[in-house]
Amino acid sequence: MNLRMVVAHSFWICWKDLVEFSRSRMRIIMLVLMPLFMMAMVGFIFPSNNTISNQPVAIANQDSGYTLHNPYNNTTIHINMSRTLISHLEYINNQTGMMKLSSAKDFEEIKMRIQNGELSAGIIISQNFSANLLCMKQGDIMIITDQSNPQLSAMMQGVLDKTIEAIGTQMAMYNLNRTFNISLNYTLAYIRPYRVEFRGVVEGSTNYFQFVAPGIIAMTLMMSVMTGLPHAISYERDVGTLDGMLMAPISRLSIILGKVMAQTVRGIIQAAIIFLLAVFLFGVVVYGNLLLVIVLILLTVYSFVGLGILITSFSDREETATMVMMTLMFPMMFMSGVFFPVQQMPEYMQIIARFLPLTYATDAIRKVMVLGADISAIGFDLALLLTFGTVLLAIAVPVFRKAMTR
Amino acid sequence: MDAIKVRDLTKRFNGFTAVDHISFNVKKGEIFGLLGPNGAGKSTTMRMLCTLTRPSEGTAMVAGYDIVRDDAKVREHIGLVAEKLIMYNELTAWENLKLFGKLYNLSTDKIEKRVNELLKYVRMEKWKDARVGTFSTGMKQKINVIRAMIHEPEILFLDEPTLGLDPQSTVEIRELIKRINQELETTMILTTHIMVEADMLCDRIGIIDRGRIVALDTSANLKKLVSGSVQSMEFEIPNLTTNMIEEIKRTNFVVSVVYEDATHLKVRTTGEDAFDTLLDAIRKTGGKIRTVRNLDPTLEDVFIHLTGREMREETKSNKTSWAGHRHASGRVRIRG
Repeated sequence: MNLRMVVAHSFWICWKDLVEFSRSRMRIIMLVLMPLFMMAMVGFIFPSNNTISNQPVAIANQDSGYTLHNPYNNTTIHINMSRTLISHLEYINNQTGMMKLSSAKDFEEIKMRIQNGELSAGIIISQNFSANLLCMKQGDIMIITDQSNPQLSAMMQGVLDKTIEAIGTQMAMYNLNRTFNISLNYTLAYIRPYRVEFRGVVEGSTNYFQFVAPGIIAMTLMMSVMTGLPHAISYERDVGTLDGMLMAPISRLSIILGKVMAQTVRGIIQAAIIFLLAVFLFGVVVYGNLLLVIVLILLTVYSFVGLGILITSFSDREETATMVMMTLMFPMMFMSGVFFPVQQMPEYMQIIARFLPLTYATDAIRKVMVLGADISAIGFDLALLLTFGTVLLAIAVPVFRKAMTR
Repeated sequence: MDAIKVRDLTKRFNGFTAVDHISFNVKKGEIFGLLGPNGAGKSTTMRMLCTLTRPSEGTAMVAGYDIVRDDAKVREHIGLVAEKLIMYNELTAWENLKLFGKLYNLSTDKIEKRVNELLKYVRMEKWKDARVGTFSTGMKQKINVIRAMIHEPEILFLDEPTLGLDPQSTVEIRELIKRINQELETTMILTTHIMVEADMLCDRIGIIDRGRIVALDTSANLKKLVSGSVQSMEFEIPNLTTNMIEEIKRTNFVVSVVYEDATHLKVRTTGEDAFDTLLDAIRKTGGKIRTVRNLDPTLEDVFIHLTGREMREETKSNKTSWAGHRHASGRVRIRG
């Protein structure tokens, strides 16, 4: 059997699969819906940006001010520093709209209202706030956050800390100007001698979709090969049509090749849909070379094909195939840095991740798509995917041939 | 000249022997039947001959090629119509036939010509571009048969070709099989558990039971085996009671009793004195016999004669069958 015939036969099997697929309305709908759901879902679970708005925050002002006594003319002035802070806070908040401020009595009340879900955070201004400030000590402010929501909690901490810091800086500038007669233009450099600026490798701000979209593309490709292939073959085995192909005078290789081609086409269509959704619906900016992305997509498919064929060979029924696939796929989905960066996982998990091809596929597609990396930057990923795919195929093809004739 | 030669073909699955050293030859141009109950090893034999399953032991030559060593060659010369249709519902008849034509290395022109011929042959020209999924089961099976014929195979394997078809389609498919065999001289090997089908279609029949061929001959010769031994009678008893049926069942020579309707009983017996004993049993319970008919031996009788068991599948739902619990010869234990 020469190669030309193998390819010709596989072409017809692929043609058949795609015609079948294109006539099933449900499958076409799912092809589009699946990535849409996936993107929307992860976008919903993981906040896509770091801006917050209208978060209910309560302030418990326990400071009642400080009364200065002037012994010379026997007068008193009542100074309330916390009022100033709150009015500044309100002023800033009116511009940003991040919080919805209300007032509370004490820690207990804030605690209760956070537990009831009424508040996202609370601010407590300490009793001796004004006194401390006027006696050249630091005024204490406590920020209380909702631990049941770590994401929001961290964000609220950051936002409140930054806002209060900004008010503090303003006050310090004013104090310096008044006390030491330093021009307001120079005071900032006294208080904060360093200016920090954030910038990514490429333009634009960080966006969770930017991180997750390449991962989802890699994952979808993996799924379309690993579930699609065994499913397609065991389904045909169950309904009996596989016998028709096995009985034809064609190479067993043509059958897998045809199926793989059909799955690849579907995978690429799905990847393209995710890509377009990411760009037009979720604001992902793509910097990389599109051609390189396509090469990576094909390589990702290649690296999983062997695994897909192996599962097909070992499971003689559709049910078993599905079970084996799920067991293999779920760890891969969550440990390969599709949804969470591998670097943030515990060390032993990182070691496992190093053995999963999806880790490298995700990494490579992400680097190219988001960071605009060129082929030299992802050379290691490419080599690993190629090796993984080749080794598994070398194992899988003979196993498959044997499994088809029991 | 033999189209198929089978020698000691054996298949074991995890210690269970599905096919146990069977040997037979199929002559060129004949319809050879493998008749037996479900699980007798018919399908496994077919799958081995079709190169879909490897034998554990033994050999077979199909169209002159060894099924293990030259499996690729064998495949070029055979076609399969199995109980499960080898067709894709989402594809049209033409697309299905084209796909398989292409897998058999035919050119599009050749396929087009052949498909038109075959569709005409089964009178389904106007359904060429309709999706197979919209067809009735009978129409599907017709397309399935011509699909197996697309590459003009020398040998056609038919594994339970009428299973699951309505009566009308069953008749049509049987006619089609007969016609293809006669007009195109295709050698056929057919498995079935339906006696009538084997009787009607097959030139020679191999009766297969528990992985072994227990008899192999023409239908007429097989039936000669039972003459004098197993006898089938139909009694018409107007005042038939269950008590009477129980009494008949208890009679020594009775193999099986089939309750056909309110007044008719079909009784199978073995042994010389069976008839007398039976009459006594009926009279003893007060039965009046209006008519008695001696039935010609059927392949069912042959099967019972050879295995001591009934082929349960043939029992129609509107008939109740009692297999006798004592076999006259006591040779084979009867399982209910």
